[in-house]
Amino acid sequence: MPTQVNGRAVTPFQGVGKFIPQARKAAPPLRSCAQYPADGNKVAPSLVQALRRAGLRDGMTISSHHHFRDGDLVSAQIFASAKELGVRDLVWFPSAVFPAHAPLLAHLDSGLIHHIEGSLNGPIGRYASQGKMRGMAVLRSHGGRYRAIQDGDVRVDIAIIAAPAADAFGNCSGVGGRAACGPLGFALADAQYADHVIAVTDTLVPFPCVPWHIQGNYVDQVVVVDQVGDPAKIVSGTTQITKSPDHLLIAEYAARFVRDAGIMRDGFSFQAGAGGTSLAFTIFLGAMMRDAKIKARFIRGGSTRYLVELLEQGLCDYILDGQSFDLDGVRSLRDNPRHLPTSPFTSYNYHGKGNFAALLDCVVLGATEIDLDFNANVVSHSDGYLLHGIGGWQDALFSRCTILTAPSFRDRVPIIRDRVTTLCGPGELIDVVVTERGIAINPRRQDLFDALRDSKLPLRTLVELKAEAEAICGGAPQPARTSEQTIGVVTWVDGTIIDRVQRVGE
Amino acid sequence: MTNQASAGTRGADVRSDCWVSVEQTDHAPTIAIKSKVAALYGDSIRATIAATLTALDASDLSVTLDDNGALPYTLMARVEAAVKRLRPDNARVCLPDINPATQYATTRERLRRTRLYLPGNTPKFFVNAGLRQPDAIILDLEDSVAPDEKDAAQILVRNALRAVNFYGAEKMVRVNPLPRGLDDARALIPHGVHTFLIPKVEDADEVRAMDLVIASEAKQSPRDLGIASSHPSTSQQNDAAPLRTLLAMTRPEIFLIPIIESARGVLRAFEIASASPRVVALAIGLEDYAKDIGAERTAEGRESLWARSQIVNAARAAGVTPLGSVFGDVADETGLRAFVRDARALGFEGIGCLHPRQVQIAHAAFAPTPEEIERACRIVQAFEEARARGAGVVALDGKMIDAPVVERARRTIRLARAMERLPEEWEPRVRDVS
Repeated sequence: MPTQVNGRAVTPFQGVGKFIPQARKAAPPLRSCAQYPADGNKVAPSLVQALRRAGLRDGMTISSHHHFRDGDLVSAQIFASAKELGVRDLVWFPSAVFPAHAPLLAHLDSGLIHHIEGSLNGPIGRYASQGKMRGMAVLRSHGGRYRAIQDGDVRVDIAIIAAPAADAFGNCSGVGGRAACGPLGFALADAQYADHVIAVTDTLVPFPCVPWHIQGNYVDQVVVVDQVGDPAKIVSGTTQITKSPDHLLIAEYAARFVRDAGIMRDGFSFQAGAGGTSLAFTIFLGAMMRDAKIKARFIRGGSTRYLVELLEQGLCDYILDGQSFDLDGVRSLRDNPRHLPTSPFTSYNYHGKGNFAALLDCVVLGATEIDLDFNANVVSHSDGYLLHGIGGWQDALFSRCTILTAPSFRDRVPIIRDRVTTLCGPGELIDVVVTERGIAINPRRQDLFDALRDSKLPLRTLVELKAEAEAICGGAPQPARTSEQTIGVVTWVDGTIIDRVQRVGE
Repeated sequence: MTNQASAGTRGADVRSDCWVSVEQTDHAPTIAIKSKVAALYGDSIRATIAATLTALDASDLSVTLDDNGALPYTLMARVEAAVKRLRPDNARVCLPDINPATQYATTRERLRRTRLYLPGNTPKFFVNAGLRQPDAIILDLEDSVAPDEKDAAQILVRNALRAVNFYGAEKMVRVNPLPRGLDDARALIPHGVHTFLIPKVEDADEVRAMDLVIASEAKQSPRDLGIASSHPSTSQQNDAAPLRTLLAMTRPEIFLIPIIESARGVLRAFEIASASPRVVALAIGLEDYAKDIGAERTAEGRESLWARSQIVNAARAAGVTPLGSVFGDVADETGLRAFVRDARALGFEGIGCLHPRQVQIAHAAFAPTPEEIERACRIVQAFEEARARGAGVVALDGKMIDAPVVERARRTIRLARAMERLPEEWEPRVRDVS
């Protein structure tokens, strides 16, 4: 396990809840309102000008958020502008990367970008896995990213906040404009802690721009560009339910588990994302809540039309929303006072005085691999390639009942392994694994076994599920061929290093 | 004279399948593998290809593989199909090991409420098809398989019958319309098929022809099938010997289900249903029937009411189970429930499913209601008590009960038991009348 990552000393994983660093939080430089225009107009003529005024120079760290998902048009403009200024060796610190960011690989090749700090997926994950990135990939969860900024692990020199709508003072809203995307919580730490903050919008509105998901009091400059995002790729018009028979079956098992285990009861709470299985889980559980006349107190989104329906039909009191995945989610956030934006600070932050994730009665998450001790991987595939971000996955493991849904094998790739390729989440936090061939409960949770005693759900052990999947796939997989070279590390929510990522040897 | 042939599918959307090209070359044969799962199963894939070529006596061929996670039985089937396309005279076969979990029997009387259609050349749907517990799965060689893929589908289905666990579902195969269907049957009979569906039947002779093929295949001792294993370590003899014994001792009866899909077929339904003792059910296919009579399909099925009733009547007259058509709109749960209720009211005992999600919905809709179960129990109870008393006439609540009513009550109880709506051990309690 490396002791140095990108020139910074790191601490190995100590166990869940064991690492309690003593220090003061990092802080941005002191600023005074006398330094800013008296009329509140912070608009700069261009992104190039704004970066120049921000003092962009070699080796600086530039951050951005991912609320525009695969429709992000701002990141490309940031680095095109930086290129004009002739700088090198920048560190990009996004809250997540998407396939749309693949063109930025050219800047990694050219030396404009030295490395990317954060979870890597898609083509960029493949690039890093092949050992082509100069610095080490540092994978963090959403909560872990907020923590890293507070710890001073990452000092953001310039934060770029892409805003669907903004005013000249810098107030940013996620629900106005052409690129309306919902909350802007992933940019909050950047706004609060960066040395310099630039808001970028294509929809400049007169003061005040409300609801101000990011307050202009954090913002140094405002830049207006032609387009910040491709609406079609930011949120979908309507979220489609998966047609995959296997995903539907797994989702149905997960929902029945939540019902039969007694977790579904008046006043309960849950979190489920917008992935195929999670979305179907929400739909099945919603139907069961309707039948049993059960009302949830709150649901944590990723909001979708289906969460909004539960809210509007009176099946839950509140949606606490980290990001909106479709237009119904955006509309509800804008119009419904019971649909509230959240941030990694409220939901996931390790240095917060508590967080929402731990209050959840259950959460449904995916995984790429799970071992026989319930340890799980969410970032890499069994062939060693980094292909998924951590997202809020690690942070959400702290819910009272963490349910991982995964097929026992994908095509010909067994999911339950002797050892996960990359450890992202310790098994002690993972309570249940739901597959299409049965449900495995962590032996630590005798209470769940007891609660399920009369259920007709197919309860199996991970050993049984592994054996069945391997029999179908034609035996146990051969050992992966990876190089000894470390190309990245997986950070635990507290900042310790829980695993390393090896270069894929080919 | 061509020296190259291929089989299987490839492309960005393909899952759990592969594309195999075989080529006769001047140089020493090579095996080139491109696979999504090379890091996990590259060695195994190479071994499977080599063993398959050996079993087919085709080790002189070079192979190019483009794999998207095909399971071993699929990989073997694609190699075999490619080899036979190059060399149609090659009569050898390469069979995957019989998965012991596939060795379960069916019965004439079993429930056939749902039969889940699986396109016969699309392996990705096979392995999990049994998880929703349909009463039957249908490996389809007919309409869901493109005309130039019929050969590859036949090989794939044969391998699937041996290798894939369908978790207790009756293993049905819909063959092609005769005479091609007879060849399908010959190729599949020794490999664990329970029931053949014969499509577009218009004449009892078609059923008799299938019956003859089954009878003559059953009489033959299993052919030397050139069995190879997916694991090269297993020798041919080790696998083949117990298989022969097993087949010789316990070769189960193979059933037939004719599907009536035309005006002519409807008129001859009784004759068709009675053509062979192997016939266990009679099914109707509405899409082709509506076309055949020049009608438009309506949501409520007005155009086929007469035909559906004819099928029920003919099936009952022949003592076999009437099975309804498929419900095509897989997203419409409410419509499916209504469809099943309607079918059940007409006398049908099963429907066809196109998506696994339809299975449990259909089962629930076929289930007798608590009131029906209660009444059925009381009828059987009253009947048994009367019989114990030696009474000739059975009455319940002041009404006469005759034999068909009792028979229908028994059927309801059977169904209720099978669907766990009634304890398995329920029996009428006959009071001591001595």
